[in-house]
Amino acid sequence: MSRGDGRGGGAKRGPGAARGDGATGADRAARGSGAARGDGRGTAPKRRRPRRLIGRLIGGLRVRLVVAFVVVALISAVTATALAYRDARTAVLQRTQQAAVHDLRDQVTAVAADFEIPPDQRSLSRFTAQVADGLVSDSRVVVARYQDLVAVSDSRTDPDARISPELRTAVHIGDEARFQRVMWRGEPYLVVGMPVRYADGDRETSGLEVYALTDLRAERDDIAALLDSAREGTVPVVVLAAALALLAAGTVLRPVRKLGRATRELAAGDLGSRVAATGHDELAELARTFNETADALQASDAELREQEAKARRFVADVSHELRTPLAAMTMVATVLEEDADQLPPDAAHAARTVGAETARLARLVDDLMEISRFDAKAVRLNAAETDLADTVRASLALRGWTDRVETRLAEGVRAVVDRRRIDVIVANLVGNALRHGAPPVTVTLATAPSADGSGTEWVTLAVADHGPGLPPGARERVFDRFYKADAARTRGAADDSGQGSGLGTAIALENARLHGGTIEVADLADGNDGNGKGGERAAHEPRGGAVFTLRLPLRRTGEDTE
Amino acid sequence: MPHVLLIEDDASVRDGMELVLRRHGYDVDTAATGEEALDLLDGPGGGKVELAVLDLMLPGIDGFEVCRRIRARTTAMPVIMLTARGDDQDIVTGLEAGADDYVVKPVTAPVLEARIRAALRRAEPSPAGPAPGAGADLAGLVIDRAGLTVTKHGVPVALPPTELRLLLELSASPGRVFSRERLLESIWDHTFLGDSRLVDAAVARLRAKLEDIPGKPRYVQTVRGFGYRFGPL
Repeated sequence: MSRGDGRGGGAKRGPGAARGDGATGADRAARGSGAARGDGRGTAPKRRRPRRLIGRLIGGLRVRLVVAFVVVALISAVTATALAYRDARTAVLQRTQQAAVHDLRDQVTAVAADFEIPPDQRSLSRFTAQVADGLVSDSRVVVARYQDLVAVSDSRTDPDARISPELRTAVHIGDEARFQRVMWRGEPYLVVGMPVRYADGDRETSGLEVYALTDLRAERDDIAALLDSAREGTVPVVVLAAALALLAAGTVLRPVRKLGRATRELAAGDLGSRVAATGHDELAELARTFNETADALQASDAELREQEAKARRFVADVSHELRTPLAAMTMVATVLEEDADQLPPDAAHAARTVGAETARLARLVDDLMEISRFDAKAVRLNAAETDLADTVRASLALRGWTDRVETRLAEGVRAVVDRRRIDVIVANLVGNALRHGAPPVTVTLATAPSADGSGTEWVTLAVADHGPGLPPGARERVFDRFYKADAARTRGAADDSGQGSGLGTAIALENARLHGGTIEVADLADGNDGNGKGGERAAHEPRGGAVFTLRLPLRRTGEDTE
Repeated sequence: MPHVLLIEDDASVRDGMELVLRRHGYDVDTAATGEEALDLLDGPGGGKVELAVLDLMLPGIDGFEVCRRIRARTTAMPVIMLTARGDDQDIVTGLEAGADDYVVKPVTAPVLEARIRAALRRAEPSPAGPAPGAGADLAGLVIDRAGLTVTKHGVPVALPPTELRLLLELSASPGRVFSRERLLESIWDHTFLGDSRLVDAAVARLRAKLEDIPGKPRYVQTVRGFGYRFGPL
């Protein structure tokens, strides 16, 4: 993020700072950047949701693929560029150096043949001029030294500024051409130096040293242009890589997304949801596995549905087959009962028994059918906003229980319920209390906020009797099908309503659950009779009657109930 | 002496019901199949029949179809559907076929008799009187409360007694919301809990005959969570 601007590193370089490593100013500038610059920003405030969103975005397959592609492309491009740059630079410089060395050597050999040693200043100057004239490149400056004498082909040039002492020493003690690249006034130069040797005789070196200063700006510019074009080439490569990555991500992600959509549809219940599986790659394999799973699921669903339909048909058929003879019996029993008074006592008793048992059988069949419908999940809540106090009163009135039941009904409690099912619950709970308990039977309707503090309101309908209560262990089983509590609670069995089928409480509970509610059972001794008065009786009696409490969430019109 | 036609394939049920109804003063004709019942209705004695008690599960054409055919012949005769299948779906289908009431078997004699009486009472012409909006044109709908006829854009609309009473009740106080229970009490003469399906089915049939688009009712509108009202037009 904080790259050096190059200004800091270049400050040390000055005229004559000859460098043999050939490093450019730019390289150094990069190294000497202001790395110590702090970013000075505090820690970003912690925001969990945006961070999660960003995390998901960054962690997304598409982004990861694109980033990976671009990074690979960048590394490839930079590596290739760096290698090419290095080779090109070396080749250019080597060619220039070799040309410069050969050129100088040829020229010096040609001119030195006629040169007198030791020279004076004039002959040395002439010598440099001749050498310089003969060189291929016009931009070269020739410097000749003989002991303390120095001659320069171009008088405007200060020779010592560019010829480093190391080179001079190397040339002085050596016997062949040496070269060095130097920076002078910010420009690159090639300095080639060689001792002039005698062509014959014992002494090899004549003491005359010749240096040629070659301007390397053209080469530097060529190399810089090469670097620029390589750098410019990187941008389209990265863009292309990103585009290719998007394309690749598309080809990979499209099937993945389709698979995701199909899975969601499957989860939402559309068992016909399939994906196209083409090719032989892993994704196609996954798609085929998905399709096979969906096939299996659909097949078992169809099987289950068929079984369910069969079960429903069976229930319907049983219902029909049982109810038809019952219908005939019920009608005929009515006639028998009507005429019972005119029959001999035995026949009258038989007629009344047939009537009562037919009614009981009819109720049992009704209850069995109802519970079968719950088991077959064939029940539907037919809910509408209803006044609950009215519903309770109507249920009691319909069965002639108004005088036998004490009611404490909160007025104006309206909730979205299935009126018929609430009636079934009330009928079962009150019927149970009247049959098995002892008067007074009280029905209390109230509303209460939920205990968990979630803000939902509940309706409670408590049916309390003052009979012997539930025997120990019965509380857990009282909602079981066909469960009948002990004989003490069934003393009302001989009344006109006959004994229950043992399914009433189970059906009531199923109906409560259908409304999202429940039914709880307690003894009055627990201090709960629906209006908080149960505790007193509990002190005098071991068991103070049973309380069945229906609890329903208080849903009103407009709330999500369907 | 009310004349009832009992359409029931099971001989024991038929005999039992006939016995009970005769004892309570009804003239009873019986038919074991739908075809037999339709022949009887078309025959010379057919005009005497005031009410039909129709079993749903019949050999040959079933109760739904018999009900539809009876409705095609006459709109005035109440039909009570008698079904041994207590499933909601069967009941709703029966009601939608045009039944005025339904009774699930087994039924006790007093209940059956009460339902028959209520249905017959509904079929009687309403006590005529100058009711509000009598004969008024309600957006193309003309309800003649004295003559008990309904015309829409001049075309007579044939309505069975239950639907006619429902329309009369609702249109007597346009804009007022009637709960299902209230309608059940005033039109069917009973408040059998949960029988709001009777109201819904009758409203559906009424809409099918009156509304231009039954899905977007104009005359009989639903007030969600409360019930139905006539208008606003």
